[in-house]
Amino acid sequence: MAPILEGKNVVKRYGQYVAVDRISFAVPQGSIFGLLGPNGAGKTSLIRIITGITGADEGEIWFEGKPITNRHPERIGYMPEERGLYKKMKVGEQLIYLARLKGMTEAAAKAALKHWLDKFEIGHWWNKKIDELSKGMSQKIQFIATVIHEPALLILDEPFSGLDPINANMIEREIHQMKQNGTSIIFSTHRMEQVETICDHLMLVNQGENILWGEVAEIKNRFKPNQFEVQFRGELSAELMAKVELQILNPGHLMFKAESEQEANRILRVILDSGLMISSMHEILPSINDIFIQSVEADLSQISA
Amino acid sequence: MNKLWLIIKREYLTRVTRKQFILTTLITPVAFAIFFAIVGFIFSYQSDAGSKVAVVDPGNILEKSLPDSRNFYFSFPDDSLAALKANMASSEYDGILYIPPIDNLSDTRFKLLYYSDKSLDLDRSEAMESLIAERVRDYKIGALKFDTKQLEALDVKVTIDPEPIFGKDDEANNPTTITSAIGAGIGAVMGIIMYMMVFLNGAMVMRSVMEEKMNRIVEVMISSVKPFQLMIGKVIGVGAVGMTQMLIWAILIPLFGLIVSLIFGTDMSSAPPGMTPNMGGAGMQPEDIEASLPMIMQEIGNLNWWLIIPLFFIFFLGGYLVYASLFAAVGSAIGDDLGESNSLTLPITIPVILAFYIMFVAIRSPNSSLAVWASIFPLFSPIVMPARLAFNPPAWQIILSLLFLAGAVIFFVWISGRIYRVGILMYGKKASFKELWKWVRYSN
Repeated sequence: MAPILEGKNVVKRYGQYVAVDRISFAVPQGSIFGLLGPNGAGKTSLIRIITGITGADEGEIWFEGKPITNRHPERIGYMPEERGLYKKMKVGEQLIYLARLKGMTEAAAKAALKHWLDKFEIGHWWNKKIDELSKGMSQKIQFIATVIHEPALLILDEPFSGLDPINANMIEREIHQMKQNGTSIIFSTHRMEQVETICDHLMLVNQGENILWGEVAEIKNRFKPNQFEVQFRGELSAELMAKVELQILNPGHLMFKAESEQEANRILRVILDSGLMISSMHEILPSINDIFIQSVEADLSQISA
Repeated sequence: MNKLWLIIKREYLTRVTRKQFILTTLITPVAFAIFFAIVGFIFSYQSDAGSKVAVVDPGNILEKSLPDSRNFYFSFPDDSLAALKANMASSEYDGILYIPPIDNLSDTRFKLLYYSDKSLDLDRSEAMESLIAERVRDYKIGALKFDTKQLEALDVKVTIDPEPIFGKDDEANNPTTITSAIGAGIGAVMGIIMYMMVFLNGAMVMRSVMEEKMNRIVEVMISSVKPFQLMIGKVIGVGAVGMTQMLIWAILIPLFGLIVSLIFGTDMSSAPPGMTPNMGGAGMQPEDIEASLPMIMQEIGNLNWWLIIPLFFIFFLGGYLVYASLFAAVGSAIGDDLGESNSLTLPITIPVILAFYIMFVAIRSPNSSLAVWASIFPLFSPIVMPARLAFNPPAWQIILSLLFLAGAVIFFVWISGRIYRVGILMYGKKASFKELWKWVRYSN
């Protein structure tokens, strides 16, 4: 299937400063795409180009197989990092207004709003003003504002920042639900652990450049240190230590390196033959955090070199 | 277009349904009416205590009659001045007015004496003086054997009636001095309305832009609509709110004024000259104004309202668009720090204030070169030109002024839009004019 969103050599400059530097990427249909990067890496600039808030200086953004146009904001839902609503407006009024700006008819907007308010069991908020709501409550409203028009592509910029655990949970649930309904989601964050549990694809941006992108599982595989950890009982013999290179982590834990699974199996067999009792063995996979730090540091040394 | 309409509708409706808007819109005319009622009452206030005055007139100048007026009750007892003074305490009189006989008819000064232990205030003393002065004049006319008709013929009132050399010499094109007085009055009113509308609504646009920026709603908004749509929608919506308020006031202020004057019985036209905007007619006596009222009404009717009213609205629209979009641009650049706003709003407010002062020159001498050029220069013309409209400025000046204004609208709305689209997304950056200029040149 063609990717829902594609960037081709996108460049964005502010005067001398290059915020986005020849970034290319593709967001597969129906994926949860993590946009990662330290603060100031160019994530928000890139998102603003995708949402049509600003234009790219060079390069193209393609949406559903066509260059992006003015009509596309109606197919995109965007929740900025800095949330905001009209404080003096009532919940119902406000959400219908925002939905209509996304091209919905008044009737359709009302129906969709009723559905969402009922879903979150907050139907009685309809006539409340935003400034009468607590922060957590207005976050729910903000989320509804983002998804009410059933966007094909949902862009969430740091969606969990400032959320209480209950709302964070709710949003995570909704994200998975929407993915199942076929919505593609771009999820921008600098919190790596969130990517591991939520995303299936990711792109790593640093200093305006795309330094890494692909499927999460594939990337983890690419960055794995080829190390295996073994939990055991028994005494390590000097004979065994001479045969294979083992690293003792702590009593009962050891680690070895193996370039392939065959080699790992061979080493394991040697260990078993020595008479040790093995209770578990697993391959050590890098966390996204490790990959992130490793890539950024590599990128830095490349720049300074 | 549809989205622009939605934005305008929201900007308009959220404002006009606000309690604060409804209250100011309704209370202002009431306050005006009450204010004028009180002012009218103060100025029509007269000394309430009546005074009984005994007049001693040995020369019989008054011929034993002086009508009671302004709470003076005059009587002519036969007693002598000395007797009256002696019995003052037990008499019903508050004072004795002694009118000495006139020895020399050519003397232009005439001194009366008023005996009383109660002080005579200025207002009442003047009233009595003018009463007697008229009678002394009549007495002198009689004594000198003048013909009253001949005397009246001496009383010449000189007026200059400007006549056009070219052009039709009909009623409508025949200006009189009263035309310029009326023109000045209407011009001043129009200029002041324009000034207030531009300033108040422009500031409202600025505040609203800042609010959206600080609320951070703006980023949500412009992921749905173009920044320019949001800006122009706000400018138009707020402008419509201003128009609505003007319209309501235009109906309610005269209406409430009428109601108040009916209730309190105070006549609004009795307000002192300074209170009514008759700049050109200063020095006119109230009686004169009353006498020339039909003429004024006719002159007002003679003005080419079919041209003035549409032009007023066009100039309002142009001026409002120029200044409101500039205010929007400044609002987008200010962001979180209100203190910054002054250095950025000053360059906008200065031309408005200058235009306001030039307007007062323009209504006094509407064809001076300052007035003419200021009414063509687009930053001044929305305030200065309407003030000149009642004076029938040449068509080429109006057309030139409109052309420049149209150009200025396009230019300033464009440049404001460029600043706005960058400004609303900039946080924590101090916006200097150099910075703003950089924003204008950003590609998109």
